[in-house]
Amino acid sequence: MSDTPIERVAKATPPTVARRIRGLSDRTIAWLFVAPTIFLLLAINIFPLIWTVNLSFTNFRANRPNKEVEYVGLQNYERILTDGDIWLTMQATAHFLFWTLFFQVLIGFTLAWLINRKFRGNDLWTTIIVLPMMLSPAVVGNFWTFLYQPQIGLFNYVVEFFTGIPASSFQMIGDVALAPWSIVIVDTWMWTPFVMLICLAGLRSIPDYIYEAAAIDRASKWRQFWTITIPMVLPFLMLAVLFRGIENFKMFDLVVQLTGGGPGSVTELTSINLKREAFEKWRTGYASAYAIILFVTVFGLASIYVKALNKVKER
Amino acid sequence: MTRFINGLLHLRRGPWELVASLLIALGVAMLMQPYLLWLYTWSFVVTLVGTVMFIVVSHFPE
Repeated sequence: MSDTPIERVAKATPPTVARRIRGLSDRTIAWLFVAPTIFLLLAINIFPLIWTVNLSFTNFRANRPNKEVEYVGLQNYERILTDGDIWLTMQATAHFLFWTLFFQVLIGFTLAWLINRKFRGNDLWTTIIVLPMMLSPAVVGNFWTFLYQPQIGLFNYVVEFFTGIPASSFQMIGDVALAPWSIVIVDTWMWTPFVMLICLAGLRSIPDYIYEAAAIDRASKWRQFWTITIPMVLPFLMLAVLFRGIENFKMFDLVVQLTGGGPGSVTELTSINLKREAFEKWRTGYASAYAIILFVTVFGLASIYVKALNKVKER
Repeated sequence: MTRFINGLLHLRRGPWELVASLLIALGVAMLMQPYLLWLYTWSFVVTLVGTVMFIVVSHFPE
């Protein structure tokens, strides 16, 4: 009779190693397997987090490593939380976060719902729609700066075609009122396919027999949509919002490439502001406190969101 | 309402998690609102209290 793979591995193990392992309990062996992962997690995630908390109470500057570090207590937190400029970046981030999530969920779900209907060229359209998501944010930011050019860019001419507003009369990136919307449009264009794919997975997981049973009960299409489609896709949709929410809270590359935080600082999101404090002004202690504030905010939001997601799943 | 208060008094997870969630949501709203600077100033304390409370109370019995 042929050996099973486990028996073959057991036979191939050198006798000295086998003797040593035989003396270990299952629990110890389990810990041996898990230990490298725990070690990496501690070294890469937990230690830097604790170190950042420690730095947030100091006046440490990374460009002056030999200077004596002084503990300043809660001074960094106090300065951040009374700074009007940082308050404005929080508002810019809130605007960006709210509107990108709103449009991405709305358009993403609509596209998924349309794509889910059986029609010719269904797969081709899915591939075309998903293309923006596959591009690098730096590339997307760069080519949208060309699209937004008031003289040569296509965007202004498309707006002129649909609304009649002269193409040369407005600048998406240069205008204080329009610049926050310019980054919302680009992020929506790039990441709506992601939300669409998740919603599509949710829609395709609904068995046809539920709709058939509803149709036999004479439920209208509208009622089927609200009582079958939406509740069954909701956990998927919430997951997409969680992923996109966390990603957009720390959005950096796309916006830096597109507007650089300008004009003025109207599109300066918290991550851009944080990077400036940490690596341009070199106020490492101050930037650490800033990072901790953002971390606690995202962590808190994610906690209640995951709880809500679990409740929806249970239902 | 009585059930909710009883839950709080008997250290039950559900009502305490609700209180913690409300504190976090309030803190985030205070952080990002564009109206009052003092709300922004106190937002982090509210969010931090809510987050720590959430971690603690999620270990309470159902």
